[in-house]
Amino acid sequence: MSQPDLAAEAVVKRFGDHVAVDSISFAVERGSFFSILGPSGCGKTTLLRMIAGFLAPDGGDIVIGGKSMRGVAPNRRPVNMVFQQLALFPMMSVGENVEFGLARRGIGRAERRNKAGGMLERVGLAGAAGKRVDELSGGQRQRVAIARSLVLEPTLLLLDEPLGALDLKLREHMKIELKQLQAEFGTTFVYITHDQSEALVLSDRVGVMNRGRFEQLGTPQDLYYRPATAFVAGFVGDSNRVAGRAAGIDADTVLVETGDGWSVHARRHGPVAVGDPVEAFIRPEAATIGRQPDQLPQDQPAHEGLVESLLFDGAKSAVLLRETRSRREFRVALPQTGQFADLRPGERILFSFDPTRAACFATASGEHA
Amino acid sequence: MREPDAPAQARTSPRLALLMTPAFAWLGLLIVLPHVELAVLSFRAQVGPRHYVPSLLQYRTFFDQPEYWRTFLRTAWMSVVATFATLCLALPIAWVIAKIARGRASAWLLLACLIPFWISETVRTLGWMILLRQSGVLPALLVDLGITAHPVELLYRDSTIMVGLVYNSMLFMIVPLISSLESLDNSLIEAAYDLGAGGLTVLRKIVIPHAAPGITAGCIIVFMLTLGDYITPTLLGGKDSGWFTEQIYTQFITRFNWAQGAAFGFLLLGLSTAIVVLGLKITGQRFGDVMGRR
Repeated sequence: MSQPDLAAEAVVKRFGDHVAVDSISFAVERGSFFSILGPSGCGKTTLLRMIAGFLAPDGGDIVIGGKSMRGVAPNRRPVNMVFQQLALFPMMSVGENVEFGLARRGIGRAERRNKAGGMLERVGLAGAAGKRVDELSGGQRQRVAIARSLVLEPTLLLLDEPLGALDLKLREHMKIELKQLQAEFGTTFVYITHDQSEALVLSDRVGVMNRGRFEQLGTPQDLYYRPATAFVAGFVGDSNRVAGRAAGIDADTVLVETGDGWSVHARRHGPVAVGDPVEAFIRPEAATIGRQPDQLPQDQPAHEGLVESLLFDGAKSAVLLRETRSRREFRVALPQTGQFADLRPGERILFSFDPTRAACFATASGEHA
Repeated sequence: MREPDAPAQARTSPRLALLMTPAFAWLGLLIVLPHVELAVLSFRAQVGPRHYVPSLLQYRTFFDQPEYWRTFLRTAWMSVVATFATLCLALPIAWVIAKIARGRASAWLLLACLIPFWISETVRTLGWMILLRQSGVLPALLVDLGITAHPVELLYRDSTIMVGLVYNSMLFMIVPLISSLESLDNSLIEAAYDLGAGGLTVLRKIVIPHAAPGITAGCIIVFMLTLGDYITPTLLGGKDSGWFTEQIYTQFITRFNWAQGAAFGFLLLGLSTAIVVLGLKITGQRFGDVMGRR
């Protein structure tokens, strides 16, 4: 790993008695896309504002480009930020917005205009310099906000949920555009979001944050396939959550009994002892359904349920079942072949999943996600 | 059953007219009518007992007598200075109330600005006289502190008039400023800092352009109040304060020369209109935008 562009060293921030950021350490490699993913109120915005310099940490240090940022004001940091509501200056034209930072560095008018024009062209807004900000569409404003920051060639670009204000279709589009922009410019991006899909699609590495701490730091694949904690398993991607007690442990496989007549097998993650309250997380796409036992993989324990409803969503279609004995809900992804498109609510169906792809965690006291 | 369209319309018009009557009555009786009367008065000269002819004499007198137009220009200039001073003092106060103080604190601060205005202008100005007159609080304090040997008269100076004018105008500047600063998104300020701006640049490039309608509205109100003020310049500046409203008063009340007083009144109206229009031109704003937006 080359020298990190951003390193947080045991950063702490308290608001009164509340610890918003609780001794967080991480490093972001040069030129990578790093996301901080967490529910609202987890402290991610506080962390970002400390990196930008709008808040001072109560403990620890933030190092950007090898230099400690202790006591460095936001206007002196090699960091720029794309704000949640973009914060484009409405009293200035698009060109003046992009030139703003350059003018602050004392760059002459002609060069400023040149650079701003070039940057607008690179984000696909050639010739928009003379327009007013409110003449642009949501996606175009987004690009102006990014251009305004990138024209300063910062070591680090911070993005505070910049897609939050866009409608769904545009958000999907801008997601791809952001990733392409980052690849093209090679600037290190630090991205804050509560949307796990954004974090998974965009990032090289993701820190999953909860209650002021990182639950897990890893690649999107790590988070999805090898969640470190129950919180990550529940927060990243869709999961069926089966809570119960560990009735038996065989090597790494835990037998989870729900207490209302159902039991499932799941792979142990972290310490689990017999008798512990546990939770098993099973992804809808890790499960299979079948009308006959021979339609299920033979090495997996079979379960039985009644079809509750069909959730048609194109490629993401699923069926919602109720396990026969416990009456618990369970969601299974439908195969792309359209094989089970004729399922009817109330129909009896068999389902199974690979226990090694189901994650079992001991339930921490007071853990809610 | 009623027919929906035509009768409804017919019912609305008289009701609307009724609603508008007080406004029109107010405008007509208190503003238009007296001004028409004054205009007629100002354009005539008395040539004999109860004998008047149309004439520009009143206006010519104004330009022929240096004392009149000097007072006129002095009033205009001091009002401009007072307006600017009020703006400079009110902006930080409005900033604190709108942006720094939170919740209750900001309400209390605004109340603190408002409370002096529960008292009449005359009483407030008399308060200043108690503080500043030769036998008053401040000159005595200066002697006690050894700064002056004898109590100095702090009244009857131009700077004293200025203090009184700024003090009396403060609230009318602070209120429009607060409302225009409150609508300024804090993230714009942060974004400007983030892009490398310092405090002064943020003020010049972000805060003032955003607050421009509020600043202009406040300046227009304060300028007009100051220009037309009578009590403050007279009480704090003394008999020879050299305020133009005093000249008008003298013409109407002391000399009983209503024609001259009316002409002066119109000149003052023309002056305030001209300066307001000039101010809007310089700052590139429109009157409707300034007064319509809060």
